[in-house]
Amino acid sequence: MTTTAPVASSPVVRAERAPQPSDGSWQGRNREYDLLKEFVVALVVVALLAAGLAALFSSPDEHQVTLTSWSTAAPTDFVATAATELDGTSGTATYGAPYTRTPDAAQKIGPVSLQHIAGVTHPINTSTDFITGPLASLPGDPTVSAALAQWTAASAAQQQSWSGSYDAALQKAAGNDPAKVAPGSYGPVPTMLTGLLRLAQAGRLDGALLLQGSFYQTDYTKPLLFIADGSYLADKGGAEHLAGEQWGMMNETGSYPGQAWLWLYTFWYQVKPFSTSGNADALVMVVMTVLSIGLISVPFLPGIRSIPKWIPVHRIIWRDYYRNTGSSTS
Amino acid sequence: MMPLQLLATSPVNLNHRGHYLHWGVIQISVANLVVISLMLLLFAAALLLPFPKGRASR
Amino acid sequence: MTLLEDPTGPQGPLRAATWTGRLRDRATKSFPPEQLLPDRQPIYVASWIYVFGVATIAAFLVVLATGTLLAVQGPQWWHRSGTGHYVNSLHLWSVELFMAFMVIHLWGKFWMAAWRGKRAMTWVTGAVCFFGSIGTAFTGYLVQSNFDSQFISTQAKDGLNSVGIGSRFNVMDFGQMLMWHIFLLPLIVGAVVLVHVLQVRRRGVVPPFLVHPIDLPAAPDRARP
Repeated sequence: MTTTAPVASSPVVRAERAPQPSDGSWQGRNREYDLLKEFVVALVVVALLAAGLAALFSSPDEHQVTLTSWSTAAPTDFVATAATELDGTSGTATYGAPYTRTPDAAQKIGPVSLQHIAGVTHPINTSTDFITGPLASLPGDPTVSAALAQWTAASAAQQQSWSGSYDAALQKAAGNDPAKVAPGSYGPVPTMLTGLLRLAQAGRLDGALLLQGSFYQTDYTKPLLFIADGSYLADKGGAEHLAGEQWGMMNETGSYPGQAWLWLYTFWYQVKPFSTSGNADALVMVVMTVLSIGLISVPFLPGIRSIPKWIPVHRIIWRDYYRNTGSSTS
Repeated sequence: MMPLQLLATSPVNLNHRGHYLHWGVIQISVANLVVISLMLLLFAAALLLPFPKGRASR
Repeated sequence: MTLLEDPTGPQGPLRAATWTGRLRDRATKSFPPEQLLPDRQPIYVASWIYVFGVATIAAFLVVLATGTLLAVQGPQWWHRSGTGHYVNSLHLWSVELFMAFMVIHLWGKFWMAAWRGKRAMTWVTGAVCFFGSIGTAFTGYLVQSNFDSQFISTQAKDGLNSVGIGSRFNVMDFGQMLMWHIFLLPLIVGAVVLVHVLQVRRRGVVPPFLVHPIDLPAAPDRARP
């Protein structure tokens, strides 16, 4: 193909008005362009950049929170959380699908609750899974065993009365300190929760909550939900600017950049009506799904697809081509 | 210590509480702001810097 | 036995009779070698913005390579080995580069309206790669097995549960998330990237909004090959 001959000044014409090959392919002048060389250079540059950035800045690895570290660092928060797991008032106990059958707990999009429709696929009974189960599987302390036997022998109404009154009294006690709880009819509950605290501090609860009768295990749902019901994890996350109302989705522990590409997703949580809605998660998910489909469909959206024509950034990108008079060497 | 293990201890320590900027509803970490600014800068540079002229094809 | 006429006989090549032959004919028609690996590009391909597509692919390969290195000694290696931590850092920073280059590439392609001329599906697959990559990065944050993973998973469960996804896709199940992160999502993203690149090669780089008459097929003064 001969394309180097200079041609007299030829004004550019609108591409869409010009005759085009039906497959959209370019029939005009070309020039040498070594794609493989470009790729190899890019690969070397990116590899060196990554190696340099990794050597210079390393990567974050903030220590995990365990039931042991939580119960040791914040025993009152641990016991207060355990009390809500036992009387069924914790975040997990009242979550709804996919963990519990709590009526009306599921989020809705208008009249539809996809959360409810999807069903309870990971059933959790916080009282037995988080408290009495681990206590029964880790015998050792006779007073705790006796308390557990008293609890097991009692009626459901009696259990609820003991655990509910203890939880309420603990929340009223100074600093939520179990030692400062006013006297009351709590049955075996204080002994059970103190026993659970000792188990947790001794490092025996982490394994008990994870394994739950199985040897191999990779599912951390139960220990994570228990830890997340307390305020220790939330406070630690808040201090690192990871919480939802802090644009936390795009942040990272320490001073590292985070998932900045989630800026729009986390933005919605900061503004009304999402910031005050009980259905915020579901509504933000809907908005982001619609916007994502929108980005994928840009070529088919009248108006949006014309923006590049109205705001002619293309005049900068193709300035050399537009400026040249038809000679490929210019 | 292996040379690579030496590399794991970074000269720039980012393992401290991050700095955050607030403008009304907007909160952003300095680290994210730097990354986003660098991206915009790279984009502008890619548009404005002259591209080396290749050889015309035969 | 009935003898059939040789389809590539004197009458010239006919439609291949076998599935294999038809696949070959279709592939070579859609992707002739000089189009699959061209050593020339249209004259308007002369801007640094064009390098961000290839830079994204390069970064993607570095991400895959460093992720593969992390896989060799398993998900806990990087917590206890200095070398492992460095490989983790390589993985993190190559992801940052990958996402940054991909977004700049996306900005560039938007302002070029690169979907023009039967290239809509190229944009679509590119955008799908973008969202697939976000999902892959997200599952990567979930399987760091540190405080970050704990906090992100216990927060993200609410979003996913609220629309029912969490009933099957459990962000607190480390095993499930590791499978998604190191196998399912890279496989999907890798496949869509491949289709995206093939689409670019098939249709070529989108022409400018304005073209010189000399570059039009009907141009009488242009020498044809």
